[in-house]
Amino acid sequence: MTISAIRRPIFMSGLVITMLLLAMAVLSLFWTPYSPTKMQIANKLKAPLEQGLLGTDHFGRDVLSMLMVGAWNSLSISLIAVALGASVGSLIGVVVAAKRGVTENVVMRLCDIIFALPPILSAMMLGAFIGAGRFTAIVAIAVFMVPVFARLTLGSALQIWTRDYVTAAIAMGRSRLQITRTHILPNIAHIITVQITIQLGLAILTETGLSFLGLGMPPPTPTWGRMLSDAQTYLGVAPWLAIMPGIAIALAVLGFNMLGDGLRDLLDPRSRST
Amino acid sequence: MLKLVGRRFLNLMLTLAIVSVLIFFVMGLLPGDPAAIMLGTSASPETLAALQQQLGLDQPLPLRYLHWLAGVLQGDLGQSITYGVPVTGLVLERLKVTVPLALMAIVLSIAIALPLGVHAARNRNRTFDVVAGMFSYVSIAVPGFWVGLLLIILFSTLLGWMPAGGFPGWQAGIAASLQALVMPAVALALSQAGVLTRVSRSAVLEVLNEDYVRTARAKGLSEAATIWRHAVPNALVPVVTMIGLQFTFLIAGTVLVENVFNLPGLGRLAYQALTQRDIIVMQSVIMFFCALVIIMNFLVDLAYLLIDPRLREQVS
Repeated sequence: MTISAIRRPIFMSGLVITMLLLAMAVLSLFWTPYSPTKMQIANKLKAPLEQGLLGTDHFGRDVLSMLMVGAWNSLSISLIAVALGASVGSLIGVVVAAKRGVTENVVMRLCDIIFALPPILSAMMLGAFIGAGRFTAIVAIAVFMVPVFARLTLGSALQIWTRDYVTAAIAMGRSRLQITRTHILPNIAHIITVQITIQLGLAILTETGLSFLGLGMPPPTPTWGRMLSDAQTYLGVAPWLAIMPGIAIALAVLGFNMLGDGLRDLLDPRSRST
Repeated sequence: MLKLVGRRFLNLMLTLAIVSVLIFFVMGLLPGDPAAIMLGTSASPETLAALQQQLGLDQPLPLRYLHWLAGVLQGDLGQSITYGVPVTGLVLERLKVTVPLALMAIVLSIAIALPLGVHAARNRNRTFDVVAGMFSYVSIAVPGFWVGLLLIILFSTLLGWMPAGGFPGWQAGIAASLQALVMPAVALALSQAGVLTRVSRSAVLEVLNEDYVRTARAKGLSEAATIWRHAVPNALVPVVTMIGLQFTFLIAGTVLVENVFNLPGLGRLAYQALTQRDIIVMQSVIMFFCALVIIMNFLVDLAYLLIDPRLREQVS
């Protein structure tokens, strides 16, 4: 697998991008070129290389340092939200696949309904009552992820339930729980892994949208979304302020999407055809 | 056919009812008193009590829901606290921006994606296919509201060709209004186009191996006629499905893009209601967006029947 992995450009590009990003995010916990919250009005709106590698914002804060901390905020919120959504959703999916019957109909209908509520709107609902912040962003994204994973696991688990070895296990008197643990989960784990990677990209897009609207982490914590929202006022004088965070977001999402596609090709050779 | 549409319609009504119950109860059960949130900390106890009574907050939640539902069925969504006008009128006014914007974005994304996808499928693994693949990778990863900012930088501040935002209103003329919607629609359409390009490429690839495509070629039809008259119509079902599935994201994108371009649409209204803590308006807009997504999926279901005659026969 390792050799074929290296030969796959999409997988490798995705891996390199996400690893670099992750490294940058973790590094920001210990070190940034300047303090990301320190204001130096005398150095405000400096172009890239004129002051710091990527210039400064309207408060004279270092853009690169803000981007690094923003990477940590975006990634940590997205990772927790997707982990939560994937665990709850997959659990619902395998349980419903084992039970079937009316539960399946009810759960799927509920999934359709939750899926109709974009996370931006549920974050607004939560934000109005409990305030904006990390918790609101995580809950809003995680809630949206639950039906995504529930549908996916239910669909793939149902396929495994029709296999001969599962029928054999049923005939041997294994309980549904045992079959789910020994046969179903191991056989759909790769599908869930791929989906987690791809949904991470979507979660980052959502998180930046939320913080763009002021529904993410509160100031002065730098977030990619708020950097873009602040940059709107200076599009004419300091366009780089609007360009840099966007590139960071796009790279992050691109990285996770490529990694997900690459993983799918590696883990499930049958999907390679198209 | 009619029976089937009827059954789907009942289903739609049921889903809408469940959604309204869910949103109403979730909002009702969240911590915090809506009246206190709307009035802020400086309100006197009398004003607070008056608003609580006006909103019926002293009544139990199920009763409040029934009241609200009775109002909705008569076209009354309540009164906006900040604007002092009926919410229904407010929402309808904003729809005049959001609906054309969403439609323009959908049409534009299909206009970009379908030719790209079809052409990529026909040139499988050649340069065009690779380039189209890269286009969809990048456009899916790029946030729409950022594309909006880039468009403003390029076409408004640098070139000065387009207005940077705002909306003149339809009474100011269709051309001016459409011009104000062009950049927002492009910003919205791009990420949709990325997804649709992928789907139409793989759908066409799948169809190209079918017998009827071989027959069409064998009877001497030109390649263009074979593709557009035989392959593409059969590849449309997955494409239409994806448009339906993507609608949730299109709505989320509208909220962001309307805020970038200062468009007085439903998404901007939701955001304004949030900052002004006008919970009645917010609740109505959120319900409205959900209803739009659900109705869109209903229409996609109906579109299957139009696209694929086999589905019609199956039922009748």
